[in-house]
Amino acid sequence: MRILCCVKRVPAPGARINVTADGLAVDATHLGFATSPHEECGVEEAVQLVERHGGEVTVLTLGLPEAAEQLRYAASVGAHRGVLVATDGSAWDPQRTAAALTDAIRGLEASEGPFDLLVFGNESADSGGFQVGVRVAYALGRPIVNGVKGIEVDFEAGGGVVRARREIDGGFEVYELPMPAAVGVKEGINLPRYPTMRGRLASKKLEIAELASDAEPGGQSLVRLHRPRETVTETEILGNGPEAAAAVVDVLEELGVV
Amino acid sequence: MAEVPEKATCVVIGAGIVGNCLVGHLTKLGWTDLVLLDKGPLPNPGGSTGHASNFIFPVDHNKEMCLLGEQSANQYRDLGLSVDSGGIEVARTQERVDEFRRRMTSAAVWGIEAHLLTPEQVKELVPFVNTDIVLEGFYCPTVSVVDSLETGTQMRNEAVNGGCHVASNTEVLDIITEDGPNPGDRTVKAVVTDKGTIETTYVVIACGVWSNRVANMAGARIPLVPAVHQMADVGPLDVLAETNNEIGYPIVRDMDTFCYERQSAGSMEVGSYAHRPIFHHPDEIPSNEEAALSPTEMPFTPDDFDLQMEQAIDLMDMLGDAEIKYAINGLLSLTPDAMPCLGELPEVRNLWSAAAVWVKEGPGMAQVVAEWMTFGYPRVIDVHGADVSRFYPEERGDDHIWARSAEHFNKTYGIVHPQEQWESRRHLRVSPYFSRQRDLGAEFFQARTWERPQWFESNADLVDRYEVEGREVEWDARWWSPITVAEHLNLRENCGIVDLSAFQVFELTGPGAVAYADYLAVNKVDVPVGRSIYTPWLTPDGGFHSDLTMMRMGAERVRIVTGVFDGGRDEFWTRRHMPTDGSVSFANITDQITTLGVWGPNAPQVIGALTSQDLTQAGFPYGSLLDVELDCGGRTIEATLFRISYVGDTGWEIYAAWDDGPALWDALMAVGADYGLRPTGGGVYSLSGRLEKGYRLMGAELESEYNPLEAGLARPKVKAAPFIGKEPYLAAREAGDPEVSMCVLTVEDQADSRGRKRYMQGGNEPILTQDGRRITDSRGRVSRVTTAGPGPSVGRHLLMGYLPAELSQPGTDLQVMYMNELFPVKVAGTGPVFDPDDSRLRG
Amino acid sequence: MLLVVLEHDRGAMDEAAREALTFGRSLAAQMGMPLHAALIGDDDTDQVVEAGAFGAEAVYTVVNDALADFGPEAWGEATAELIRRLEPGAALAGGSERGNEVMAQAAARLDLPMVANCVDVQAGGETGEWTMTRQQWGGSLLEDARLVSERPLLTTGLHTVAAERAETAASPSVEAVEIDLDPLLTRTMVKDRVVLEAGVTLSTAPVVIGGGRGVGTAEAFAPLEELAAMLGGRVGCSRAVTNNGWRPHSDQIGQTGTRITPEVYIASGISGAIQHWVGAKASKRILAINTDPEANMVVRADWAVIADLHEVIPAIAEEIKRRRA
Repeated sequence: MRILCCVKRVPAPGARINVTADGLAVDATHLGFATSPHEECGVEEAVQLVERHGGEVTVLTLGLPEAAEQLRYAASVGAHRGVLVATDGSAWDPQRTAAALTDAIRGLEASEGPFDLLVFGNESADSGGFQVGVRVAYALGRPIVNGVKGIEVDFEAGGGVVRARREIDGGFEVYELPMPAAVGVKEGINLPRYPTMRGRLASKKLEIAELASDAEPGGQSLVRLHRPRETVTETEILGNGPEAAAAVVDVLEELGVV
Repeated sequence: MAEVPEKATCVVIGAGIVGNCLVGHLTKLGWTDLVLLDKGPLPNPGGSTGHASNFIFPVDHNKEMCLLGEQSANQYRDLGLSVDSGGIEVARTQERVDEFRRRMTSAAVWGIEAHLLTPEQVKELVPFVNTDIVLEGFYCPTVSVVDSLETGTQMRNEAVNGGCHVASNTEVLDIITEDGPNPGDRTVKAVVTDKGTIETTYVVIACGVWSNRVANMAGARIPLVPAVHQMADVGPLDVLAETNNEIGYPIVRDMDTFCYERQSAGSMEVGSYAHRPIFHHPDEIPSNEEAALSPTEMPFTPDDFDLQMEQAIDLMDMLGDAEIKYAINGLLSLTPDAMPCLGELPEVRNLWSAAAVWVKEGPGMAQVVAEWMTFGYPRVIDVHGADVSRFYPEERGDDHIWARSAEHFNKTYGIVHPQEQWESRRHLRVSPYFSRQRDLGAEFFQARTWERPQWFESNADLVDRYEVEGREVEWDARWWSPITVAEHLNLRENCGIVDLSAFQVFELTGPGAVAYADYLAVNKVDVPVGRSIYTPWLTPDGGFHSDLTMMRMGAERVRIVTGVFDGGRDEFWTRRHMPTDGSVSFANITDQITTLGVWGPNAPQVIGALTSQDLTQAGFPYGSLLDVELDCGGRTIEATLFRISYVGDTGWEIYAAWDDGPALWDALMAVGADYGLRPTGGGVYSLSGRLEKGYRLMGAELESEYNPLEAGLARPKVKAAPFIGKEPYLAAREAGDPEVSMCVLTVEDQADSRGRKRYMQGGNEPILTQDGRRITDSRGRVSRVTTAGPGPSVGRHLLMGYLPAELSQPGTDLQVMYMNELFPVKVAGTGPVFDPDDSRLRG
Repeated sequence: MLLVVLEHDRGAMDEAAREALTFGRSLAAQMGMPLHAALIGDDDTDQVVEAGAFGAEAVYTVVNDALADFGPEAWGEATAELIRRLEPGAALAGGSERGNEVMAQAAARLDLPMVANCVDVQAGGETGEWTMTRQQWGGSLLEDARLVSERPLLTTGLHTVAAERAETAASPSVEAVEIDLDPLLTRTMVKDRVVLEAGVTLSTAPVVIGGGRGVGTAEAFAPLEELAAMLGGRVGCSRAVTNNGWRPHSDQIGQTGTRITPEVYIASGISGAIQHWVGAKASKRILAINTDPEANMVVRADWAVIADLHEVIPAIAEEIKRRRA
């Protein structure tokens, strides 16, 4: 099967996010960059599907030339092809991003045939617009479900379907999308593998197709980023020995876990 | 959270391996009212200790690093927080195979078990090594893996039990100093933190990669740079997991790729010193909150590591298919000369540095600093090479720190020749004769910041004249020229002119100058004006702090002349002990004075051509000073002649104003042409000339572990005046004959097993008994080569070293190990092998 | 009119919908417009009444076979069609998974901008220049954004506003809106629901008991296991523990292991290395047991016991047994 994953290069999450002096970007000096986590899981899922069903994983990103690192990273964990839609690095609004990706996918499909499955992250780790995948899928006429934490592909049923699971309280919902389809996946769908050394070295040889985009800006623009006010936790000391057990159980009862 | 105390005896900043061990050691030594601060949480506040690979390879060519590593390893062992994993260095190149011979020699001198392994033997110990590309292994069974975090915790807890206050998550905002006690001095007063201000007598900076930033708060500098060491953790690997052990296989150091492979439970840590130097200013290091992992585990830059990955896979194929689970650009500290920064900072009294220390040396170096603070000098071993006051101002700036650290980073696993010269940051200080010397084809060696000619290509003709033979083995001939032997022989036959402008010259003036000078020196400085003395300066424990020349220039003026390697330490020592009553002033006049040495049988004729002064021994005895006017091509230059010699031939040191130097040089060269005067380099002055005379050198023969009796520098009588180290010195004298004596030895046969003539380099080669045993004394001091070099006038390769009394008799047959082979040597005695009665000096 | 799209699951209103109504009420007041609500796939009176209680003056209901259960495309198209017909000044939904998804579907269909997870909105008025503050980085960062739009589609940052009923409840008018929906849109309707059996995973456990280097041995995890079993939780561990081979990697909490989100995380003998903290910080509450009061985990915890875990953990288990008995 042919799978396309859209990934975004973001400052690596996991630490305090600082803002540059002009307030227009995240200061990534201390963070480095990574593939947005939902999308990293998306690539892993795609690679696993292809390992199971055969086929090829293409990874598409939009950004500065440095974003090629995310394509190589995907290749290092098993993706086969990389496509970069080059931008000037400014923050593109969701409509513009979706339009550019849509054009790119149309172009790829026109020359190489349709993708059975488009995999998006549920939302990007940084700007969190919650819409690019939906807009692209709509433009391409594909069914899409977000929040996906499990995928099975069934080629036998009704011309091929994607069964997608989405978590709800106490269980999950099941969706059945006819292929070609799209999904927005969430972290937790799998534990993404790390690249092997050989994978990393091989990924350096990945040939990356570069595309340009003439997508027009939408209506939304960034004015400034800032940090919310911090909340400080004061640690309450419950005791200095086993005699603190009663106080601990009081707390656990209060939380309703006992 | 908790407040900090308002007062302390000593505030230690930084709770990594060094700070924790330091408060532990200080507590053991009886210190109270200690405070330990760290801006991060405990037990891992986020410094380099937290991501260290935590292994210790015991063999190092450098004595300080090797013995402090051993000291540290023992402390880890004593706490039960160390496992002997063993470790193998593997060679992929013949050059490395040769280097392993040198490592075997260093293992032998320090008594460390080591074996050379065939590739098959390597495979027996580490089956997953691709021995097709391995020529040989160097195996140390006592390579250990330590738990530095837990060690730090236990040492800290020991201090806490002794009353030490620990404040984590406490950031130092400033270090307050006050002026005095002498003009230009400053002294520590308080540490300002985000939890309050602590008035304190002492402050120790043990802040690892942040150390320079913290020192800057007090207006001081600790010359180190935070540098990246890349490390990747790959796994899981069944063969490792099956050991059910944090470390089940010996650590492998892939020396020729500058990488190591160290098992960590089920995975392998691959670390590299091969990538491009990547440095960060301390201000670029994130806070704990800003760091994804920890402040010193910075984002991995994979492009810099790709080559190492390929090489790692070549060595251990299984690594290729293991996942890279964790990879960092880990920060560690580098200094311009790859040595730590220990001791009191010269800029601020009672502000100490315990920085640029890695986990492998941490506990030992903490002990060194604790002893230094307690006793006025370290007791474990001599650490002059790590003394932070060694640096000249030119060595303390970022440009120098970065350039030199960049140059030596890739030499971490490199094969570094003992004489190896730096490529970067040359010509920082040059003498007035530099352009003339360059025109004469001088090969310059740099002594700290100063360029000094080692030999002159213009003397190449002398090689034929004296039929000097070359050296067959490239290693022995590296950084060496037969010209230096020829210059030596010419000096002995005719005369030579030696540039001594790198001498560091200080002056003490004032009513208390002579008394203070006497307080510093073992020998009597209160001699008639115009006389000089050569004297040891002792540590409070009676070992050598320095040896140098002191000149009585006037009633209230004493000049101190010391070598360029020790100028920083000696200046700091002099200033630090000065009386605080204003009776003595200090001046460093190095920049105003140039010095030339003219020595050899024809030296009197050469100097005599410029002055009518009586130059006979009777009119101008050895050791005396005289102000003269020299007629330099019609121009009169005022100079001070000092009849002294470090090369064993008669002659003078000529002290003149810096600006008069070129004219003086030209005049001497002009008149000297008729007397065979040749420019002569450091190869003669610092090595062959002094070796033939058995003259001791600070840092080689003279270290704080040895006293003047052992060094053979004790005078018949001890002066009445007090001086630093007098009591232990007197006690040593009363104890009778010294246990060891400094001796000169001759190499009786230089041929190695392949029939090649070899030349020991003076890199701590072990001196062994004829049956191959190490020679140690009751204090564990080992007999080793402190200096080695040619004795052209005696026709022997010469060695110096301390020997126990029973082995120091002239004629005693011993052996020396060089490149893992044994060579027969014979004790010549404790005095000079050339001109033993000094007739050439005084004749 | 400001239109709030109400999220519900088969007739049960979601808290996110109440938050959106609360937020929408003040935004509508700011715009000088009435607050209306859309109820998709349901026309139940309870929800209408509740919308009224939050100040909605009118509720539009859309019922259709294609809306028999939740489906993002059908819900999105219904929302889009309502907006086309009603031409509201803005449309708003709660920033839940469904709320964001439905609004994105509507935005795609209308080719209108959508701004997700707003915490503050200044309406555009005549100029159509809106400014808003919205969440980035899951709320770690805020973005001031500008939007030029006659009809922006918005969602409110989940739980950034507390649901609050209007001072005086409205009695909303109810208008059933007929919308033809392409049956094709049911391709994304919920097909099935699965209720999970008992048995929790580390990432879903309501209680996690973490053990670190301080536990000492593999065997010494037994009391932690016992306590976890009593609380219906799971045992996790730090990297040092897996490094020592005391527990499998699947139990590791942290950057290179599992990220947990329990109601309470009991971190025992764990110093709180950053690597570990990254995996633990999404826990709702943290109780640290450590001998070191300065340990990172203690400093960051809500509660702490400064003591040896080997004594405290069994004591807690005993205390629970005693109370249950």
